[in-house]
Amino acid sequence: MDFKTASEIAFPDTAARTDAALQELETEKMSLSMGPSHPSTHGVLRLMLELDGEVVTGCDPVIGYLHRGDEKIAENMTYNQFVPYTDRLDYLAPLANNVAYALAVEKLADLDIPPRGQAIRVIVCEMARISAHLLGLGAYAMDTGAMTVFLYTFTEREKLYTLFEELTGARFTTSYTRIGGVARDVPAGWTERVLKFCDQFLPVVDEVDKLLTRNRIFVDRTEGVGEISAADAVAYGLTGPNLRASGVPMDLRKDDPYCGYENYEFDVPIGTRGDSYDRYLVRLEEMRQSVRILRQAIDGFPDGLWYDEGAKKIFAPPKDKIMTRMEELIQNFMLVTEGPQMPPGEVYFEAENPKGALGFFIISKGGGVPYRLKIRSPSFASLSILPKVCVGAMVSDVVTILGSLDFVMGECDR
Amino acid sequence: MAVDLLIVVGKALAVVVVLMGLCAYTVLAERKVSSWIQNRVGPNRTTLPVIGAIPVLGPMLTRLGLFQPMADGLKFLFKEDILPGHVNKVYYMLAPVIALVPALLTVSVVPFGQYVDADGVTRPLILANLDIGILFIFAISSLGVYAIILAGWAANSKYPFLGGVRASAQMISYELAMGLSVLPVFLWINTPGAPATLSLVAVVDAQAGAWFVLLMPLSALIFLISIFAETNRAPFDMPESESELVGGFHTEYSSFKFGLFFVAEYAHMIVGSAILVLLFFGGWHPLPWLTLADLGLAGGVLGGVLSTLVFLAKTLLVVFFFIWVRWTVPRFRYDQVMRIGWRMLLPLAIANLIAYVLFLAWWVTR
Repeated sequence: MDFKTASEIAFPDTAARTDAALQELETEKMSLSMGPSHPSTHGVLRLMLELDGEVVTGCDPVIGYLHRGDEKIAENMTYNQFVPYTDRLDYLAPLANNVAYALAVEKLADLDIPPRGQAIRVIVCEMARISAHLLGLGAYAMDTGAMTVFLYTFTEREKLYTLFEELTGARFTTSYTRIGGVARDVPAGWTERVLKFCDQFLPVVDEVDKLLTRNRIFVDRTEGVGEISAADAVAYGLTGPNLRASGVPMDLRKDDPYCGYENYEFDVPIGTRGDSYDRYLVRLEEMRQSVRILRQAIDGFPDGLWYDEGAKKIFAPPKDKIMTRMEELIQNFMLVTEGPQMPPGEVYFEAENPKGALGFFIISKGGGVPYRLKIRSPSFASLSILPKVCVGAMVSDVVTILGSLDFVMGECDR
Repeated sequence: MAVDLLIVVGKALAVVVVLMGLCAYTVLAERKVSSWIQNRVGPNRTTLPVIGAIPVLGPMLTRLGLFQPMADGLKFLFKEDILPGHVNKVYYMLAPVIALVPALLTVSVVPFGQYVDADGVTRPLILANLDIGILFIFAISSLGVYAIILAGWAANSKYPFLGGVRASAQMISYELAMGLSVLPVFLWINTPGAPATLSLVAVVDAQAGAWFVLLMPLSALIFLISIFAETNRAPFDMPESESELVGGFHTEYSSFKFGLFFVAEYAHMIVGSAILVLLFFGGWHPLPWLTLADLGLAGGVLGGVLSTLVFLAKTLLVVFFFIWVRWTVPRFRYDQVMRIGWRMLLPLAIANLIAYVLFLAWWVTR
C-alpha cells in the first residue's frame, strides 16, 4: 500500500497535481460533419468542423454537391435559351437573376430598353429582393430557434409568389426577361395589387422587427457572433448585405446604376460592426427600402413598349404578327434557329442582387451562342469567409453565422 | 387485503391513463396553439368512422383536431423500428424506457384534489401521500437525465453525443436552483417544534389564505425558469436543438422508441406544471383569497370533482404558457444557458433563501 507522507497531507499542492493530471489526460479533437444533409446548412453545404468540446477550432466548407455545370451549359445554347438556367442560380430570387443576365447580354449588344421595360425590371428586382430577404430572415430566425417568424415571413412570400404567377405564369422559376426586354407586359391591375401588397407588408416587417430586434435572447445569440471587419469583407469579396453590414457603403444600384435606379430615392442601410446582428438589421431595412422603390416605380410607371423595338435580330416579334406577317415570321425563324445575333466582344456586368453582386462575364465571338460565360456568384464569396469567422465560435454560432450570411447553394455551386 | 391491493392498482392505472391522455392532448394543444400563433389552422382532418359521421358534432370535433392524437400515437407504432448497427443495443433500448418511468413515478405523489368525507375529515386525492413528497419528486425526476445521457451515449453517433452532454450539464445545473427555490416554501409551512413535513398536500393547505406566488414571487419565478430547463423546453431546448444537433439525443431513434421520448417530454412538462401549481399557485384553491371550503363546496364527490377540475385547469394554463413561450422566443446558446444557471439563477436562489430564512427567524422569535 502506498501511504501519503505527512508533508503531502499538510501541503496538498492541488494546482500542480491538477496540472499533472491534465497533462496525463489525453484530449482529442472531434471532427463533425455538418451537412450536406442538415437542417441548418440550407441546401447541400457541408462543413467539416473540428471541435474542441463545443468550440469550433477548424471549419472547412465542402461545396459542389449542387454543381450542374451551368457555365458549360451556357456555351451550348443560344442566349435566350440560357434564361431558364439563371432562374436556378439564386433560386430564391429568379427574377433578379433574369434581369442581371439580360442586362449583361444587352451590354454586349449595346441595347437600350424603353422606360416601361426598365420600370418593370426595377419592380420585379425589388420584389425578388423582398422575397429573398423574407426567406433569408425567416430561415435565419428559425436557425436561432424562433420558428414563428419563419412562418410569418413565408406567408408574405406566398403573396409575392401569387403576384409573380400573375406576371410571369410561374411562381418559382419565372424566366421572365428576354434579351432586349421582358417576355410580356404587366397584366391589367397588377401594379395596383403590388401596391396593395406593399401596404399590408410593412406592418408585417414591423411585427418581425418587434419579435426579434429587441428580443434579449436573439440579441445575445447574434451580437458579436461572426464579426467580419470591413477590411476582411472587402478582401474576401463579400458583396451585398453582408458587405454593407460590415460598414462598406457599396450598393451597385447607387454606385453604378442600371435600369434607371438613379431616378429612385432610397437609402442604403449600413452596419457598424459586421456581426450577425448587423446583417439581420441591414436585411430588415433593405426590405423597407425596396417597398419605397416599388412605390416610386409604380407611381411614375411609364407608358410605351416593354422591349427594344429596334433590336430586330435579338428580340422576338409579337406572336400575332408572326402568325400574320411575312417579315416577322422570317425574323422569328432566324431567332429560333440561330439565336439572337450578338457582336463579338467581351463584357462583364454585375447587378445588385439580394445576396450581393451577381456578375456575368461573357466572351462572344459573334452569333447566337456565347463562347464563354462565367458567373460570379455572391454566395460563393460569402461562403469563402466561413473558415475565418467560424473558428472560435460555438456549434450554435455556426448555425447563426450560416443563417446570417444568407447563401444559396444553387448559386454557389452553379 | 386482495381488494385493497386491487383498489390501489386500479387507482394507479387510472392516474397513469389520465396522464397519458393528457400527454396526447397536450401534443394536440401544442400543434393547435402553435398554429394559432403562426396564423395557421393546425390539424383538422383526422376523423373516426362512426363518431365523425354524427351530423353536427362529428365535423366539429374533426375540425378541432380531437382525433389527431390517436393518429399521432398510431403513427409511432406503425413506423419502422430501426435498430442501427452502430449502437450499443442494451443501453439504446433501455434509454427510452428510463425516460418515461420517472415521469410516471412522480405522478404518484402529486395530489390532484381534496374532499371532505362524511365524517368531516379532509382527504386529499393522491396515490401516495408521502411526508417527503417534494423530496421524492426531486429524487425521481432527476433520474430522467440518465435516459438522455444513455440515449446520447448509446447511439454512438456525434450529434446525439453532443445532445447528451449538453442535457446532462444543463439538468444538473438547474436542479440546484430549483431545489433552493422551493426551500422557502417549506420553511414557511413548517413551524419549529412541530413535526416537519415536505408533503405537497400540506403546502396546498397552507395556501388557503394567500398563494405562495404572492408571498414569494422570486421563488416562483426561479422555479418556473428551472422547470423550463429541466423539461428541456424552448428556450432551453439545448439537448435537442433541431437547428444545430438535428434531433439531439434522439436523432438515432425512430418509431415507438422515439415516441416514448416524446411522451416523456410532455409528461415531464405536465408534472412540472402540476408541481408549480401545487407549490405556488394554490393547488386546488380557485382564487388566492378563496377556497372551496369557503364556498361550501368541499364536501363529498362534488368537492373532489371540483377541486380536481380547478387543479387541472390551472395546470393546463401553465402548460399553455409553456407552449406559448416555445413558439415565441428564440433558443439560448449552450454557454448562455450555463451562465444563466450558475451565475444568475443560483446566486439569486441562495440570496432569496437567506432572505426568507432571516425573515422567518425574525417572525418566529418575534
